[in-house]
Amino acid sequence: MGFLTNLINGVSLGSVYAIIALGYTMVYGIAKMLNFAHGDVIMVGGYICFVCMNNLGLPVAVAILLSIVGCTCLGMVVERAAYKPLREAPSLAVLITAIGVSYFLQNSALLIWGADPKVFKSVVDLPSLKFFEGQLVVGPINIVTALTCVLIMVSLTLFTSRTKMGKAMRACSEDKGAAQLMGINVNTTISMVFAIGSGLAAIAGVLLCSTYPTLMPTTGSLPGIKAFTAAVIGGIGSIPGAALGGVLLGIIEIFAKAYIGTQLADAIVFGVLIVMLLIRPAGLLGKEIHEKV
Amino acid sequence: MKIENAVSRRSFLKLSGVVAAGLGLTACGGSGESESSSDGTAAAGGDTFMIGGIGPVTGAAAIYGSATKYGAQVAVDEVNAAGKIKLELNWQDDEHDAEKAVNAYNTLKDWGMQILVGTTTTTPCVAVSTETNADRVFELTPSASSVNVIGGEEIGADNPRKDNVFQMCFTDPNQGTASAQYIDEQKLGTKVAIIYNNADAYSTGIYQKFVDEAASKSFEIVSTTTFTDDQTDFSVQVKDAKDNKADLVFLPIYYTPASLILAEAKKQDFAPKFFGVDGMDGILTLEGFDTSLAEGVMLLTPFVATAEDEATQSFDDAYKAATGSDENPNQFAADAYDCVKAIAQAIEEAGITPDMATEEMCDALIAQFTSSSFKYSGLTGESSWSTTGEVTKTPKGMVIENGIYMPLDAE
Repeated sequence: MGFLTNLINGVSLGSVYAIIALGYTMVYGIAKMLNFAHGDVIMVGGYICFVCMNNLGLPVAVAILLSIVGCTCLGMVVERAAYKPLREAPSLAVLITAIGVSYFLQNSALLIWGADPKVFKSVVDLPSLKFFEGQLVVGPINIVTALTCVLIMVSLTLFTSRTKMGKAMRACSEDKGAAQLMGINVNTTISMVFAIGSGLAAIAGVLLCSTYPTLMPTTGSLPGIKAFTAAVIGGIGSIPGAALGGVLLGIIEIFAKAYIGTQLADAIVFGVLIVMLLIRPAGLLGKEIHEKV
Repeated sequence: MKIENAVSRRSFLKLSGVVAAGLGLTACGGSGESESSSDGTAAAGGDTFMIGGIGPVTGAAAIYGSATKYGAQVAVDEVNAAGKIKLELNWQDDEHDAEKAVNAYNTLKDWGMQILVGTTTTTPCVAVSTETNADRVFELTPSASSVNVIGGEEIGADNPRKDNVFQMCFTDPNQGTASAQYIDEQKLGTKVAIIYNNADAYSTGIYQKFVDEAASKSFEIVSTTTFTDDQTDFSVQVKDAKDNKADLVFLPIYYTPASLILAEAKKQDFAPKFFGVDGMDGILTLEGFDTSLAEGVMLLTPFVATAEDEATQSFDDAYKAATGSDENPNQFAADAYDCVKAIAQAIEEAGITPDMATEEMCDALIAQFTSSSFKYSGLTGESSWSTTGEVTKTPKGMVIENGIYMPLDAE
């Protein structure tokens, strides 16, 4: 029973990582840049939802929607202001800018909302499910997170493979110059990628804060880094890979804590990243380069 | 106390890249705060004791610095109103940054400071206490709780005792010892689980002393698990405590992770007693926190604003008037208040006069604080000091009932 409980806890932690990793991988796959500010967009999404629910008293659905809209706009503004001028710059410059944006967002949140942590009220207000006379407890938010994760993964895959905009994104990913020659507006396409990625970040923020109900300006940073690790393990750029990597990482983390020791959990998680990079640098599902999106 | 790590550990990836960006951002808040200092020579030979104060009034740890600033101001006003001696307080911001704290200290020295109340937070205090020790300025910190602040042989040869530095709060390790004794004396539990932050000196310090002390006590430690800063998943830690049938969980940690542990315990239907230390103080004011989760949580803390005694009540009123808000003073405010009052009492008892040289005053105050007859009775209990700089006082056990702190051992 202990094993099953740990497995469920691992999957629920992993599906949070997976949703964040989907945003990472989406942006990397198409814009070919590591958006290290992704974790902080998640934090902003959490705050917007918190303010809407607690300070403005709006219903949950409206709060989530506003949070998605807010983050989508934020993502596009960040892309326009910070990344677009660097379109032709070396990728290291863009990477450093992304880290700068990350700090900018964290410190802005510190100014606006203060350093005091806030307690986030779960958006899913249902009692826990209990099995085997209460020995196995599953939180409703964990189920919602896992389902959302699958839903997002499937819709993103369909979007990039079936729709016109999705095809344009894949074209930009393969070869920006050629895509432009074929009449694809590269800037609009990349802007769209950031809009979708940041919208996903808002959903991830709401679910992250509902699962672990604390919210402060650094809330997004560690999950962001873990999700990046997950995306690399799954094969960065691959959408199913991100989801798989996220869930695996969550399970590894919980099992490491439960069976090896709480002190070593983080070391093991990042150790897995190193081993993965040594053995299989492309990640679990990342081998077929032409399918990257 | 606390906050050795309050501005939390960033990931290694970020840290390497963004030192420059980070510096740029934090530098923005700095200027404009330092008040233009009056003529330094006015102090010497005047009839007023020049008291300096240092603590973060802006930035991430501002909540602690503001509390100490206003707490100290309330005490200064009271001492001046009593009329026996005259004090003047000059408070400088350090933004919880060691370098800025040393700058603030230099500003205060130019102003003519004779005695220092501060600094509020540990990391800056370690830096400033080295300066005051070299300059022979008497220093009493309200809340910097690490043993590195006072120094001493047991810490290591590279950190000798700074004989001019004293603490108003408990040192971190002493909280661990006191907690183990308290749990044993009050028979609060027989099987104890501990969850602590192994990335934080405050938490590990308390944990180690707790374990040392627990060896000779009647209860048994059945589960020990850890976490690090920024970690939010406590399912494994709580499950381990539950599986080992702990009837009391000791939490030598801050209130933010504690709130997550309480929520996780509720989810797992695990209802032991929870026992915290001073870092738990503040859990009830956490925005959006469901206070029913904290029902029955116990903690050791030297001060609670809701206590009924007259001294606490009048401090509560004066503090609210000084800050112009409804917020109750926290333990930091009370510690700073006690710092100023203890210094004032020592000045009166030792017959120190404002025209004495700073070094002379420092030696006289050291002698007074370490003398066996010196006892100060204030908001945070009856305090006395040894030559180690540590305070001796009895911690109060508190329990949260209906969303407020109630004395635990009240008959």
